[in-house]
Amino acid sequence: MISFLALLTTGVEIVISHPRFYWGETGNSGTAPLFKIPIPSSRDTVPTGYNYVMPDQNGWSRYLHFEAAWVLVLTGFVYVVAGLCTAHFRRNLLPPPAERKWRALLEVFKNYLRRAPPNAAESHSYNVVQRTAYLSVIFVLFPLVIWTGLALSPAFDSAVPAAVNLLGGRQSARTLHFFISGFLVAFLVVHITMIVLAGFWQRVTAMITGRVATHLERT
Amino acid sequence: MSNISRRKLITTGLVATAGVAGLATASRLALNYGLIPPDSGSLYGPGETLTYAAQRLLTRHSLAREFPRSMISKVPFANETAPPNEAFKHHQAAGFSDWRLTVDGMVATPASLSLSDLRTFPVNNQITEVVCEEGWSYIAEWIGTPLVNVLNAIGVLPQARYIVYFSIEPDWWESIDMADALHPQTFLTLGMNDGDLPVSFGGPLRLRVPRQLGYKSVKYITRITATDSLKHFGKGLGSASPEAGYAWYAGI
Repeated sequence: MISFLALLTTGVEIVISHPRFYWGETGNSGTAPLFKIPIPSSRDTVPTGYNYVMPDQNGWSRYLHFEAAWVLVLTGFVYVVAGLCTAHFRRNLLPPPAERKWRALLEVFKNYLRRAPPNAAESHSYNVVQRTAYLSVIFVLFPLVIWTGLALSPAFDSAVPAAVNLLGGRQSARTLHFFISGFLVAFLVVHITMIVLAGFWQRVTAMITGRVATHLERT
Repeated sequence: MSNISRRKLITTGLVATAGVAGLATASRLALNYGLIPPDSGSLYGPGETLTYAAQRLLTRHSLAREFPRSMISKVPFANETAPPNEAFKHHQAAGFSDWRLTVDGMVATPASLSLSDLRTFPVNNQITEVVCEEGWSYIAEWIGTPLVNVLNAIGVLPQARYIVYFSIEPDWWESIDMADALHPQTFLTLGMNDGDLPVSFGGPLRLRVPRQLGYKSVKYITRITATDSLKHFGKGLGSASPEAGYAWYAGI
């Protein structure tokens, strides 16, 4: 969580030094962007039209971005290995066969919209929407964000040129890295909102200790 | 506490001990094999060391991607530089005929080379991308002589571990390890896209290090020195970049 927030803030700071995105191999202030983020830049060489240069935070942001990435990747690695060894993914995250249907997903959304209280099974395990979201984050978005990030390293690309070539070039990799980070942020926002709605401290206790303090248990 | 079995406690303890022992061995090995960057003393040292060590193990001999001529950028972007100092203006007015590259430090025969001396070395070309730390990039053809040719000619001593290089502009200097210094794509660059290297792109002489970000490719090079330690250059962090808050190793 801490490293994700560190990656997010420093990532934003790095984008501010060139808030223009391109597609393909190359792109710079002299070429047409795919899109621009309408903010001033921290570099006066970027034609933003605001006539204002933001404070430059790139140096420490880059240092911290890469260090936090290491923390996230290493803890992520331990988590995935542990999850596979203990069959956590198979038992707790893979939706049971009966629920692998659109109807099951819709049903959960309906309950959310009605703000129906979770049933007994849900307060101790994850429903099909949660399972799908968590599996996508762990096995799709995180691998993609790591891949697109690595593809931005000229040294890594020299060893593994396919890493960037498969993405359609360096600037495409940068643009994809930006969007995938956006999806991860969206997940985080929804995830935290749901935790707050479900009762923040009770859920956080459950996450850390694995115990759920229900009324039944207390009485 | 009752939930944690004795077996779990013992395994966790063993794993933790193995982890600490592993880290200690790793750091000793890293130091022996030169896998610790000179700016590793800060808060960001562990991250930088992991990146540098991992990439050195993976990329010691790998070549930066080269592109077909058709991909050369029509609009290369000349990043801004500080206004040139008097010494540079003087050289520019003279058509750079008196420009010298001093090569010294841990070398058998220190030398002072003119641009025409440099042109007597085998000249190569490469079509590679310039990648800026800000996020933008362009592709150009670079013409020059691989630094390794000059280093071989003057005889770098085997104990040299870094090459430090200086611009004519004050406080603009960088250094690279021998893996990058001896790399065939690390060029003393004299030309760009079939012409002389324009001043805005670092002319008359730029050291291009294509496997690292653009800021390692210092413009207006006047001195190269071989050393076994970076401690006595500037603040001892390896180059001017860490002194300004940027990482020494820029292969990211």
